[in-house]
Amino acid sequence: MSDLDHAAPPADWTYAPAPEARDLVRLRERSGLFVDGGFVEPRAGRWFPTIDPSTEEPLGEVAEAGEEDVDLAVKAARRAFDGGWRDLPGAERAKYLFRIARQLQERSREFAVLESMNGGKPIKESRDVDLPLAAAHFFYHAGWADKLGYAFPGERVTPIGVAGQIIPWNFPLLMAAWKLAPALACGNTVVLKPAETTPLTALLLAEVIRDAGVPPGVVNVVTGAGATGQALVRHPDVDKIAFTGSTEVGKAIRREVAGTPKRLTLELGGKAANIVFEDAPIDQAVEGVVNGIYFNQGHVCCAGSRLLVQEPVFEELLEKLKARLGTLRVGDPLDKNTDVGAINSRAQLEKIRELVASGLAEGAAIYQPPCELPDRGFWFAPTLFTGVSQSHRIAREEIFGPVLSILTFRTPEEAVEKANNTPYGLSAGIWSEKGSRILWMAERMRAGVVWANTFNRFDPASPFGGYKESGFGREGGLHGLAAYVEREVAG
Amino acid sequence: MSSLAPLSPVVPPAEAGRIVRRTPGVDAVGLEARAADLATRSIKQDAKRWALDLVVRCTDLTTLEGSDTVGKVVAMCAKAVRPDPTDPSIPSAAAVCIYPWLVPTAVAATAGTDVRVASVAGGFPSGLGPLASRLAEIRDVVAMGADEVDIVLNRSLFLGGRYEQAFEELVAAREAAGATHLKVILEVGELGSYDRIRQASVLAIAAGADMIKTSTGKIGSSATLPAALCMLEAIRDVHRDTGRAVGLKVAGGVRTAKDAIRYLVVLHETLGDAWLTPERFRIGASSLLNDVLMQIGKERTGRYQGPDYFTVD
Repeated sequence: MSDLDHAAPPADWTYAPAPEARDLVRLRERSGLFVDGGFVEPRAGRWFPTIDPSTEEPLGEVAEAGEEDVDLAVKAARRAFDGGWRDLPGAERAKYLFRIARQLQERSREFAVLESMNGGKPIKESRDVDLPLAAAHFFYHAGWADKLGYAFPGERVTPIGVAGQIIPWNFPLLMAAWKLAPALACGNTVVLKPAETTPLTALLLAEVIRDAGVPPGVVNVVTGAGATGQALVRHPDVDKIAFTGSTEVGKAIRREVAGTPKRLTLELGGKAANIVFEDAPIDQAVEGVVNGIYFNQGHVCCAGSRLLVQEPVFEELLEKLKARLGTLRVGDPLDKNTDVGAINSRAQLEKIRELVASGLAEGAAIYQPPCELPDRGFWFAPTLFTGVSQSHRIAREEIFGPVLSILTFRTPEEAVEKANNTPYGLSAGIWSEKGSRILWMAERMRAGVVWANTFNRFDPASPFGGYKESGFGREGGLHGLAAYVEREVAG
Repeated sequence: MSSLAPLSPVVPPAEAGRIVRRTPGVDAVGLEARAADLATRSIKQDAKRWALDLVVRCTDLTTLEGSDTVGKVVAMCAKAVRPDPTDPSIPSAAAVCIYPWLVPTAVAATAGTDVRVASVAGGFPSGLGPLASRLAEIRDVVAMGADEVDIVLNRSLFLGGRYEQAFEELVAAREAAGATHLKVILEVGELGSYDRIRQASVLAIAAGADMIKTSTGKIGSSATLPAALCMLEAIRDVHRDTGRAVGLKVAGGVRTAKDAIRYLVVLHETLGDAWLTPERFRIGASSLLNDVLMQIGKERTGRYQGPDYFTVD
């Protein structure tokens, strides 16, 4: 074969940069609050900067909604609810939802670029996951709007009223879609509070909602930090609170609404077990483990952050996993070939660092592939820990970063015991070629979502939510509608 | 050459059934999702120019028709040696791939060049003739000067669960080919599942294949990205366990430069830079080359040439 070596240089194929263009995105120096159908300045005149976490460059200023602003938003939502939205035929509400969904599809590139700029997630994910799913949630719920009578046979369903919705920074637009679509389909009006670090796509969505002709006040968007969220939770005229975020804040919200008639759903943290049996399709399991924890930099509440491997395949899986980590492309979120983007904020980066340091202090062994991280912005290399035991903090606490803790087990019973040995219960993954084992395991997982031979797959028709400290209530599917309607037995 | 071919079959035939049965399962959904994800890689600028050049260097320019003539093969060989007559900087293709009858023609037409002659043999495309004549055919093309032999897996035996016999046939073919580069075609479109593709890959590699190849190009369904990924994962495990480097040839249905680059991406991200060489990767194609030349021209000049500027040989 030596004659084939002609003129062939030693191969080193480096992909050239492939940045997605930013020119579709119009950044504003200042973005106001979306209240009663239009953008308004905050009453107290307070603004805060929002940045690109991959460069720390400012992307503009956003209004900080105070109590007065929240009150105006809730009042607008109440007026819209009483003033016609609640009584609008479902088929008419559906038309608005369809319009929003189609606008999201038409402007998907603009939304995807803005999402990656403001949140740090790879454009590949915002383009191929966040945007298609956000549009799908509006489409799906548009279909329910005129069929609510069939969703709960024998019952009369009516909207609840004004919903206060507080969403996290990991999937800013998608979580807005998860919250808004069922609420609107069921005839409620909404005051939405996006996360402090990622307000921009929610504000762009507000423009789409306005342009879709949704009546003023049906959707209001108030930006701000914890105090804004607290004002919304405390507002006496809010009928329902839906929160996605940390367990700590979820508990505080639950205390806050205790003793009030407010209805509550919480979607909180997780420490999911991804369980690989010795008969698993091993190469796909490796992909599933990677997707489970490094997808969206691990900023995923249902992330498979605890890998439980049956002992006979531990070494093989670990070797393959380490090799695979070496192929992950970490860097510019807007580069179309980036697999792992920037950490969402400095605060989150510090939290990840603190927990990783605790893993080292407690004696676990760390592995990180050689990878160059940019000088500016917030970055953390894909990381895995071996030699982890159930008592380590990195096996118990949600890291919410690209950090995997690997444990081993011997029998299915031990896998169940370890998987369920957590205060959380949001998701679990099972990898095996044996169908009966998958079903046996799935029955025993105390987790709201159980994936078999896959991980981090979402569909608007599939209910999502947690057990235990991962929260209560479901989003998506028929179960998700139940959180946004009052049900009475039909007389 | 000798660095690639094992001196003897890796395992005794009696082990063939066990080898197939202990091959890890392949999850179709996960495999296809991974292939689809890699297909979104955006290859630009220098990376694209380098890849297009590599595609040319890895091409087995192929004609496998009953109507092939001396004239057709001579013209194709000229194209393989000098793909673009106006641009000597474009490298030669790796090989020409033809029927046994035309081996002497191709050997003469490529004499003194780097272009190798690959012949199908062993009862291509079904592999269901008498074993003695199939082996004789392999010996014949080697004797006529073929540098490489592309044979087929006996799918009748493999799908019928007669793994030892299928394995023994491959071992006999390996012996018949001697030190000549041997590619084993699995015909993935007939195997019915990725599990079977992975098993067949392992079987062919154990029997001593230098390369495993997706397809004959003679049935409706030929190379696909997930099937190639599945085969590469088998190759990766063999390399990890034994240090032996087996190549991959994708054949059939690769018609555009964009498709070809997707295969390179899957190869690169599964096996790394060491496989980005014609020694370890080939694309068997007839119409692909002109699209690649068109893309190379576009990269160099910023403009596309019309199809009439590319020779049709």
